[in-house]
Amino acid sequence: MAERKERVMNGVFFISALMSIVSLVLITVFMFTNGVPVMMKYGLDEFLFGTQWRPTATEPQFGLLPMIMGSVYVTIGAAVLGVPIGVLTAIFMAEYCPKWLYKILKPAVSLMASIPSIVYGFFALQFLVPLVRDSIGGNGYSILTAMILLAVMILPTVIELSESALRAVPRTYYNGSVALGATHERALFKVMLPAASSGVLSSIVLGIGRAIGETMAVVLVAGNQPLMPDGFLKGVRTLTTNIVLEMSYASGDHRSALIATGVILFVFILLINSVFLVIKNKGATK
Amino acid sequence: MAEMKVRDLDLWYGDFQGLKNINMDIIENQIIAFIGPSGSGKSTFLKTLNRMNDLVENARVEGTIELDGVDIYAPNTDVNVLRKKVGMVFQNPNPFPKSIYDNIAFGPRTHGITDKNELDEIVENSLKGAAIWDEVKDHLDRSALSISGGQQQRVCIARALAVEPEILLMDEPTSALDPISTAKIEELVTTLKEDYTIAMVTHNMQQASRISDRTAFFLSGELIETDDTTKIFTNPEHEDTENYISGRFG
Repeated sequence: MAERKERVMNGVFFISALMSIVSLVLITVFMFTNGVPVMMKYGLDEFLFGTQWRPTATEPQFGLLPMIMGSVYVTIGAAVLGVPIGVLTAIFMAEYCPKWLYKILKPAVSLMASIPSIVYGFFALQFLVPLVRDSIGGNGYSILTAMILLAVMILPTVIELSESALRAVPRTYYNGSVALGATHERALFKVMLPAASSGVLSSIVLGIGRAIGETMAVVLVAGNQPLMPDGFLKGVRTLTTNIVLEMSYASGDHRSALIATGVILFVFILLINSVFLVIKNKGATK
Repeated sequence: MAEMKVRDLDLWYGDFQGLKNINMDIIENQIIAFIGPSGSGKSTFLKTLNRMNDLVENARVEGTIELDGVDIYAPNTDVNVLRKKVGMVFQNPNPFPKSIYDNIAFGPRTHGITDKNELDEIVENSLKGAAIWDEVKDHLDRSALSISGGQQQRVCIARALAVEPEILLMDEPTSALDPISTAKIEELVTTLKEDYTIAMVTHNMQQASRISDRTAFFLSGELIETDDTTKIFTNPEHEDTENYISGRFG
């Protein structure tokens, strides 16, 4: 009887574990079988390096380069703006923050992570767009606005993971360095932070993954013209927003081309995750 | 000159009094061993000597500790300068996750030395001083975490020596090590006393009697007695000391 229960439960656990893998495989198969044929039909070159996106013309063109560059630009911008703020915030929370402030800051950061992205989008639409328009220029729907918005959105990922990486560093390293006459700052930046570097780098990579995949917030503020990005204050369309903007009315090759957009995004995410795994393993074997 | 005079030292953790009215002289170029059962305050006392207790929340100290005539608890004390003069080796080897070279060079760099030749020289001399140069000289660029525990502890001693301290505090430096490594460290410590003043916490009574010149016995936060090691181990003044040394408690 007991043995039978064991076997049944074993099966339950196995099936649960299988679920996520099966979903992943199904998603991959769906994406590639639907997206790859159209890429072959019009040529991989056309998709990756074409600069014209005219999916509904009589002679349709499916150049995704503007969207690829758009995604790359806003993601790099988000990382450049968001990562230093995030990492420094994590250091503050782990090593400088008074207790009473930590009790407010920690839940606030967690809350930031769970705010729906459309809400971030609304905030950016109401606040960042006018701010950029009035204080910097352009019409406000721009690469810069999207960068700032995404920088804010990756903060919780970077902060929470970097902070736990810092807290996981043995305190004996800190004691060892101050016992040699090092200041608090020197112990943190020369010993603790390098010791946490693989965790901090992982947090950055995951933040970048979040930025490149973000859709609903970006679509509200980025302007969405399918043109090669041409300056910080010009509008931009990313891979994700390209899909969401057109999927509702697309059909035939157009629809397949949007799925192909997803394939390219998928490859980007795979690359980012591989980098993450490499960094993590390097940290584990050190 | 490097001697410490402890006068009327009390220490509290919040409401709990961890050290009660300690008076002690730590004499130059000698090894003094602190013995006593767990919780007797010997490690706590050691950490007051370089103010590592400052890192403990709610810890509060009264009384004075003079290093060469200057009170280290005076308000204008620079603790980083103090900790450069009073080095520390911890119970568990705690090399940084860096190369052996960078471990040793961390202290000198902290205190402003950047010249490569000068650093090379300090690293070599410190590792020689800690009797580990021959074992690691061919792979100074290897991670300090890749060598054995006993070697790590000697690297930590070398790291402490690299900032040229006057006094060396050791908190049970061999308790995490095997007998052979322990013997090597004990031998090293006895040679170090020619150049340094050493205070060492130990749980190991034989160790105290083997290497120390003087011994201090702690019990429940009080210093019961301090005397020459031979006297403590053969003819102590207090009954508690005798009971502890003969293994009746502790």
